[in-house]
Amino acid sequence: MPATPLLEIRNLSVEFRTALGPLYAVDGVDLTVEAGDVVGIVGESGSGKSVSMLAVMGLLPWTAKITADRLAFQGQDLLRLAPRQRRRLIGKDMAMIFQEPMSSLNPCFTVGFQLTESLRVHEGLSRRAARARAVELLAKVGIPSPADRLEAFPHQLSGGMNQRVMIAIAIACNPKLLIADEPTTALDVTIQAQILDLLLELQRERGMALILITHDMGVVAETVDRVIVQYAGQQAEAQDVNGLFADPMHPYTAALLAALPERSVGRFLPTIPGVVPGVLDRPKGCLFSPRCPNATEHCRRIQPVFGHGPRGRVRCHYPLTRGIPENHPGRAEAAA
Amino acid sequence: MTVASERVLAAEGLERRYTVGGGLFRKSGEVQALRGVSFGLDRGRTLAVVGESGCGKSTLARVVTMIEPPSAGRLEIDGTDPQKADEAGRRRLRRTVQIVFQNPYGSLNPRRKIGDILEEPLVINSDADRTARAEAVREMMRRVGLRPEQARRYPHMFSGGQRQRIAIARALMLRPKIVVLDEPVSALDLSIQAQVLNLLVELQDEFRLAYLFIAHNLSVVRHFADEVMVMYLGRAVEQGSRDAVFEAPQHPYTRALLAASPVADPSRRGERTKLSGELPSPLNPPPGCVFHPRCPLANARCRAEVPRLQMLNGRLVACHAVEEGRAA
Repeated sequence: MPATPLLEIRNLSVEFRTALGPLYAVDGVDLTVEAGDVVGIVGESGSGKSVSMLAVMGLLPWTAKITADRLAFQGQDLLRLAPRQRRRLIGKDMAMIFQEPMSSLNPCFTVGFQLTESLRVHEGLSRRAARARAVELLAKVGIPSPADRLEAFPHQLSGGMNQRVMIAIAIACNPKLLIADEPTTALDVTIQAQILDLLLELQRERGMALILITHDMGVVAETVDRVIVQYAGQQAEAQDVNGLFADPMHPYTAALLAALPERSVGRFLPTIPGVVPGVLDRPKGCLFSPRCPNATEHCRRIQPVFGHGPRGRVRCHYPLTRGIPENHPGRAEAAA
Repeated sequence: MTVASERVLAAEGLERRYTVGGGLFRKSGEVQALRGVSFGLDRGRTLAVVGESGCGKSTLARVVTMIEPPSAGRLEIDGTDPQKADEAGRRRLRRTVQIVFQNPYGSLNPRRKIGDILEEPLVINSDADRTARAEAVREMMRRVGLRPEQARRYPHMFSGGQRQRIAIARALMLRPKIVVLDEPVSALDLSIQAQVLNLLVELQDEFRLAYLFIAHNLSVVRHFADEVMVMYLGRAVEQGSRDAVFEAPQHPYTRALLAASPVADPSRRGERTKLSGELPSPLNPPPGCVFHPRCPLANARCRAEVPRLQMLNGRLVACHAVEEGRAA
């Protein structure tokens, strides 16, 4: 194991103060990413998957209160970084692409301008050299007649093509880590398949680490090696992708997988009762306990830690193995 | 099931053209959003329309809900052609067809209380008095899993799943026979999606609703639909029972669509056959089969001659390669 991982996050929390009280958007998140890793973060809306990565990129507004025991990229402490130093890192060694390519690109500037901007700032290339590199990059991400496309504005390209442009901008300076936040959610399925393949191809070719944030279990299953499941700002489970789909440990993961239409047998789908807790009804114990079929009095009182489970890490007092909760006191108490 | 009176929706050769662009010095173009689409839908059944953006599925929804008239072809709703019906007849048909939109954040008026939103269809389209309307609202709210006392609340006080329940309740206020579901669960989280899909199944059983289900998520379609119509650039390319289409897809586009849909099973990774290229501009569709520039099986005939939708291998399919037996 190398001495310093590419990205190291220990106990990251992000808190927003709202009129109703503190909102814990991210609560005690741990993550270690090595060069060449492909990690997926899945969760429903409000699970904190995007906010935790925006905290890493330093893109959260000042209203967010970010705390962490450690938040380091290549051994460099991101929390203590001066803005000038941070700007040298962001967009160069660490890059991010977002869900809506149409709204992430500036509609007032050509694709070529937006693509050469980071090359000129970070790599100090001349106008001509940056332009030549931009053509190369557009060809690399599969845009036909790339030299002509440099003059195009975002509205003249399709959603899939704009996402390719976003990817070209993100990989322009050979980042070591690429964070893709729902990169294909706004795209059609055949285009989604092309974009995911492109991301994986670039990742393999450059040995870059890729963090894929998504809500789509199918995309996770087809793309990543390691999965983290988030629920209400916390990590519920972390496991390798095969294990997670074959034998989930956290009841939330198990319930999510059971709710997939492709796994259903009858006319009705199994559902998770209730909704994700909000600011006002955040439970004292395990955050999933109000919706969990295996919750006991112990679960409702004491919050489980994100500990080592039978296969990876899990935040549950009674992690599942083949659907059976371990050390569970039994149905009698569960019903109480 | 095939009794004539059970058929509530029939379309034959539906066309819809739009004129776009055009100015002082520029010629206007024409988009053929729907080209010769035909189908039938019975009570208690679900027809799913799948395809990517620009394939005409939303135009079809607008034509079926009488928001727009078809440019050509015949539409029959509950046995009546809305084009030929008088004002009273069309009014009756509007009660027969209702729609639920994709985004429950955009489809509910944020300034109106839920009770008023649900009552409005009755105010406009029925002669029920105030007490009867209020009772109907309470009844429908209970039916879709909301508490009647929530009628005094505004849409922003509800979660996405609850809002979609409200939108479904609104569509059902007039007791329609046909409900057009335009991507009803794509804006919802996975755990909420299952709840809403289950509600739709329950309501279909209870009211014998005919659903025209527009979706791009094939797992949801496979779970939910009885019949499937796959569209590409305004045309139906394959049409048949769910099992025929999903278990033995014939058209190369259907196959590509199925192959591209992510499956939540990491052990089946890598079975994906990639489809290169993007949807051509609907302003300037390719000659011959509209799919030929992206099709791995295209030959000279495909580039010149438009394939006809015909019964092959137990479903309707429009493909020269399937017809010639080149698609196996």
